Amino acid sequence: MLLRHTPKEIGERKAVNINPAKTCQPVGAMYAALGIHGCLPHSHGSQGCCSYHRSALTRHYKEPISASTSSFTEGASVFGGQANLLQGINNIFSVYEPDVIAIHTTCLSETIGDDLPQIRKKAEQEGKIPEGKYVIGASTPSYQGSHVTGFSNMVKAMVDFSEKTETKNGKINIIPGWVEPSDMEEIKRMAKLTGVDTIMFPDTSGVLNGPMTGEYKMFPDGGTTIEELKSTGDSTGTLALGDWCSADAARTLDKKCKVPCKVLDIPFGLKATDRFVDAMRTVAGVSVSDELVYERGQLVDMLTDMHQWTYKKKVAIAGDPDHVIAMVEFLLTLGMQPVHIVTGTPGKKFEKRIEELTKDKGFEVNVKAKGDLFLLHQWIKNEPVDLLICNTYGKYIARDEDVPLLRWGFPILDRQGHQYFPTVGYKGGLRLLEKILGLLLDRKDRDSPETKFELVL
Amino acid sequence: MRKVAIYGKGGIGKSTTTQNTVAGLVELGRKVMVVGCDPKADSTRLLLGGMAQKSVLDTLREEGEDVELEDIRKEGYGGTWCVESGGPEPGVGCAGRGIITSINMLESLGAYEESEGLDYAFYDVLGDVVCGGFAMPIRDGKAEEIYIVVSGEMMAMYAANNICKGIVKFAQSGSVRLGGLICNSRAVDNEAEMIEKLAEMIGTQMIYFVPRDNDVQRAEINRKTVLEWNPEVPQADAYRGLAKAIDENETFVIPKPLEIEDLEKLLMDYGLMEAA
Repeated sequence: MLLRHTPKEIGERKAVNINPAKTCQPVGAMYAALGIHGCLPHSHGSQGCCSYHRSALTRHYKEPISASTSSFTEGASVFGGQANLLQGINNIFSVYEPDVIAIHTTCLSETIGDDLPQIRKKAEQEGKIPEGKYVIGASTPSYQGSHVTGFSNMVKAMVDFSEKTETKNGKINIIPGWVEPSDMEEIKRMAKLTGVDTIMFPDTSGVLNGPMTGEYKMFPDGGTTIEELKSTGDSTGTLALGDWCSADAARTLDKKCKVPCKVLDIPFGLKATDRFVDAMRTVAGVSVSDELVYERGQLVDMLTDMHQWTYKKKVAIAGDPDHVIAMVEFLLTLGMQPVHIVTGTPGKKFEKRIEELTKDKGFEVNVKAKGDLFLLHQWIKNEPVDLLICNTYGKYIARDEDVPLLRWGFPILDRQGHQYFPTVGYKGGLRLLEKILGLLLDRKDRDSPETKFELVL
Repeated sequence: MRKVAIYGKGGIGKSTTTQNTVAGLVELGRKVMVVGCDPKADSTRLLLGGMAQKSVLDTLREEGEDVELEDIRKEGYGGTWCVESGGPEPGVGCAGRGIITSINMLESLGAYEESEGLDYAFYDVLGDVVCGGFAMPIRDGKAEEIYIVVSGEMMAMYAANNICKGIVKFAQSGSVRLGGLICNSRAVDNEAEMIEKLAEMIGTQMIYFVPRDNDVQRAEINRKTVLEWNPEVPQADAYRGLAKAIDENETFVIPKPLEIEDLEKLLMDYGLMEAA
């Protein structure tokens, strides 16, 4: 009982956060930056920040994460970090030779007021950025928002590359949101099946789920290329998946290059995937491919066949806003009851959206943005659930309360597969459903008395 | 919209000059927003008639992150929008970060949007450019013209020169420029000539000489700008003159700050310092 100190009574808490359901902005910024081909993320701050953010990503993706740092010292925090960053840019381009350096700030550099755009221009004027190389930057103080905000800010910074020329490229931009490399692959596959030519940014497939080849590549083959990023300004439209992760970038691109955008949920589950497929179909002016109709049918078949096992099962869920919103909708499709819902990222609109999704469904819902796992645990103690959906940090609650845990979201530190098997789209929906059923039925097998122990379920 | 930042030594009369000038601009039919960037939160007192303005940071602290524009912006004299950044109590926290937070918040709430119909946004910034936070108003895309309030006293001129060093840093990579020095007279000998000379050496102009007049204090006691308190007095005309000079100003430069020796020589030349 590692969490035995968690009381059942929920007292009012004003100041303290216990077992937060979020992490630092730069973790998200770093992950997004890795979705650009040949990009080295750079942390403008002290060394400890950079080490933590790299290891946070390594522990989830099981790949080495390269990133550089401005290595602030006492002096840099007094005099400002400009000198460190200018020297850093110089060193990075001469030693590691990336195509792009994607700088994100940290709490310290933000607080002392380093002005990233100003330093970047100075580097440009002083010739520290070689011809054909690029530096982009995002402001990512961790005392605002969460890792999701950092991701969104860095994706928005990528819009810097976009150029509007005379000719359209006939492509659709897809901003996938913070999903796994495998999910990005799946989204591209679905677009291809629909016959839509796409530019996806960021794109970490082939970067963080690449094969072992015996040869180390500091900059793997995957990632959105600079040419593609430039070309996003000439695209016909943008589909932004996830209001929290992708909408800012899409709107900035719309403002800058007049590329119209549509903000959708990340296609987790049946309905969100339907909307995504429909949006692709509309922008491309084609009809939905037979393959996708087939895959959809398989998902619908399994969820109706297995409905008796999911119906009215109670679920507690913690995760990032875009993930949780889509997952709640999927759980409702399955006839399940998401009764306790938490995200660590602040923002009242999350609670509103969940309330819209769950109203008139015949059960009470606890929902909190800027919440923590401690609160989720307390809710579970008051109203037990049949399933917990959370990242690895949920395993403590799952063990104490003896609830099956579906590991989903970021970070997953103790199981594998998320890098390789998608949970987006119809195929991903099937995989989610398979996992949910596996957990529920394993539990049934474990708990059924001998007289009720069934061969066929 | 023109975005203007007013800097100068502490106590030189930045807030008073800014608010009176804004009143002058209002008379010219301009729509103005004043953003006080001073933890003391006293930059809009005269425009609001002494009304207590809840600062951006107080609002943030008490009401959390869901702040609306209406919570932090108050309408003052002649339809001006008044905002106070506010900040921590003296001796704690980080006032510089407070300014960054509050300007970012104003931007994200759309206070600068075209639909607001602003002709001017004024930033009234505390004392010297003491840290990165206090330079926030002159970052690229923020204020584009700066006026420094100065007098013929050594420390005021020294501070003005120091502020120019800050401007140079941001001007090299951004669009911010120095619009001129505003001499807020302390009735020092040869004051106007000396500040004109200082301006020339820095590479700018003395845009206006505001004479010293007790009517300013009388108006302040009444919590009003001079123009509102008594539009007929000569000092009101002085501020009208300053407002017009800023409205018509076209001289914007990257300043050339002086070496300390040159600054001291200037003072000696104008007979203020006695030879040792």
